Amino acid sequence: MFTQIFFIYCALMIIASSILAISFRNPIHCVLMVLVLFFHMAGLYLTLNAEFLAAVQIIVYAGAILVLYLFVLFLVSLRDEIRLIPFIANAWIGRAVSAGLAGVLLFAVLPSFTIGEKGRWTVEAVREVTHTKAIGQELYTTYLLPFEIAGLILLVALLGGLVLARRERGESDDEEVSADTTHPGSTPIQEEVS
Amino acid sequence: MIVPAAIDWSVIVPILPELLLVGVAIVLIGLDLFFPDQRQLLPWLTIVGSLCALIMVLGARPAVGFGGMFLLDGYAVVFKTICLATVIMTALMSEQFRNLIRMRQGEYYSLLMLSLVGMLLIASAGDLMVLYLGLELMALPIYALVGLHKQGRWTSEAAVKYFLTGGFASALLLFGMSLLYGLTGTTDISQIAEAISVRQLAGNSAMLAALGLCLVGCCFKVAVAPFHFWTPDVYEGAPTVITAFMSVAPKAAGFALFGRIFFFGLPHLHDHWGPILAVLALLTMAVGNITALCQRNLKRMLAYSSVAHAGYAVLGLLAGTAEGMAATMTYLVIYLFMNLGAFAILMLLTSADGSGDTLDDCKGLATRHPLAAAMMLVFLFSLTGIPPTGGFIGKFYLLKAAFMAGYTLTVVGAVLFSAISAYFYLRVIRYMYMNDPVQQTGLVASSGMYATLVLCLLGVLGTGIFPGSLLNWTVALLAGL
Repeated sequence: MFTQIFFIYCALMIIASSILAISFRNPIHCVLMVLVLFFHMAGLYLTLNAEFLAAVQIIVYAGAILVLYLFVLFLVSLRDEIRLIPFIANAWIGRAVSAGLAGVLLFAVLPSFTIGEKGRWTVEAVREVTHTKAIGQELYTTYLLPFEIAGLILLVALLGGLVLARRERGESDDEEVSADTTHPGSTPIQEEVS
Repeated sequence: MIVPAAIDWSVIVPILPELLLVGVAIVLIGLDLFFPDQRQLLPWLTIVGSLCALIMVLGARPAVGFGGMFLLDGYAVVFKTICLATVIMTALMSEQFRNLIRMRQGEYYSLLMLSLVGMLLIASAGDLMVLYLGLELMALPIYALVGLHKQGRWTSEAAVKYFLTGGFASALLLFGMSLLYGLTGTTDISQIAEAISVRQLAGNSAMLAALGLCLVGCCFKVAVAPFHFWTPDVYEGAPTVITAFMSVAPKAAGFALFGRIFFFGLPHLHDHWGPILAVLALLTMAVGNITALCQRNLKRMLAYSSVAHAGYAVLGLLAGTAEGMAATMTYLVIYLFMNLGAFAILMLLTSADGSGDTLDDCKGLATRHPLAAAMMLVFLFSLTGIPPTGGFIGKFYLLKAAFMAGYTLTVVGAVLFSAISAYFYLRVIRYMYMNDPVQQTGLVASSGMYATLVLCLLGVLGTGIFPGSLLNWTVALLAGL
């Protein structure tokens, strides 16, 4: 009973904070909302008996990654937003479509969802070998290939970020100076934004 | 106590081509960083690495690796061949175009290689997790490649748009996959198919929701209408050489994804996804071909044409049969040659400031460069589907597969839209041959560009004149699953 209430609380908070995270204007507020979101994600892991994942979620995501985000946001003074011409002009159409989509999904999934076959790792089996060991074993045996691909994705993300953020030699140096006289040490990310 | 486990190195044999390409990508990064004077080596290293991988893929025996997560079957071989060939030709074309618009070389080739690894993984994925991670690995470098040329007017906007829509599509696909996992309890694609038939999940509405979400995600990736909105803007905004690459290789990989999920994973739900795809295919052909009619920009026209061609390629998939799948694969091989060829000519027309891709610029091409005009003629004939080019044969097999599966109305529509497409393809030919040139300067092509054009020409004509051999190859590979 308690688990269910806790789950519903976490689930509702996740939805609410993620909607708020994409609707706030101030990027700092968005990041703080994502922080709330990550804490409740950790709560969800706890209901699944995954204590290690919950701890990792808080330490890595909430502790490290979001703090980095905050650093970047504070260092880069975002003066103007990029504005793209939306595919559909009226935002309410999008909201109606997404609400409808959510409704249809709930209507389709909730009544007829049946849980598939349980795998090898039942709660008892995990308790027996301890959670961390079970994760480690599975990660480096059964899921070795996806694990390595995920590593490659991180490399690509690093490379791509570097490529996009780097100032090109001889590229609009004077433009840069005239635009950023007040911020001589501005980071290259600004280039992408402006 | 820690017991060192004996590692059986033979498990990596099926994945050797991918490992080779990862190695090449890392060498490319290092070479670019530490030997800036040797940068002319980068394209050659890319080409040689891809060629070696191609030989390894074609020579490999069917194998299963990593407990069914990695399948090296005939299906994978065909798609891998398409992606590898695209990258080789793109690398051949790159130097000339890059020098022309002064795009930074930097990590261009390594990003290309890593994206290629993602595509090869999608083609070989036997597990939803590998499939999804392969997709991300393919897409991330392309987002960066689209935004690589920062002087371009529209590149940043194109990159942002591509990134946002691509991320959205991935999220939908992932949601569908998570529902599939919840319902069947496994991420292994063949076991999912088994669980669906054993537990009779085919009519379950949660299953249909999963099907719908996967369908939307896949349709985004291959730009099937009504999920094609990003295509024209992104294709037009990206540097032309990236557009050429993007319109072929990720699309083929997208079809590999489509096939892995629907043809292998959800064959029992074919009654549901077959008709939906039939409607979407018709819509895609209609939108692509009719919108292409009113484009003055050649690049944008080719973007809409690539949307339309995704519609044709879906025709084979929706049949849900091995013949249909083979027809789609055959068509993608032919499409590789004709589309890359057309884009190569477009690159020849491009001037240093990135302009030169409107219809007016191809006026009188026949007098400026008769050979280029003749090649463009062949590629456009093939895109229209006029014999004796490969495009005709490819479309013929697709229509036959869809007809045999009973989608007569869709086939009739496809023929009609194909006839409409003749107008805008042949209009380019009219401008090339019947009008006086606006510019008098000749065209210069590097040897790499010539090599690509000759390869494309041989491919288009070869598949058209000897139609059986390519289809036999794909059918034999698919049958030897």
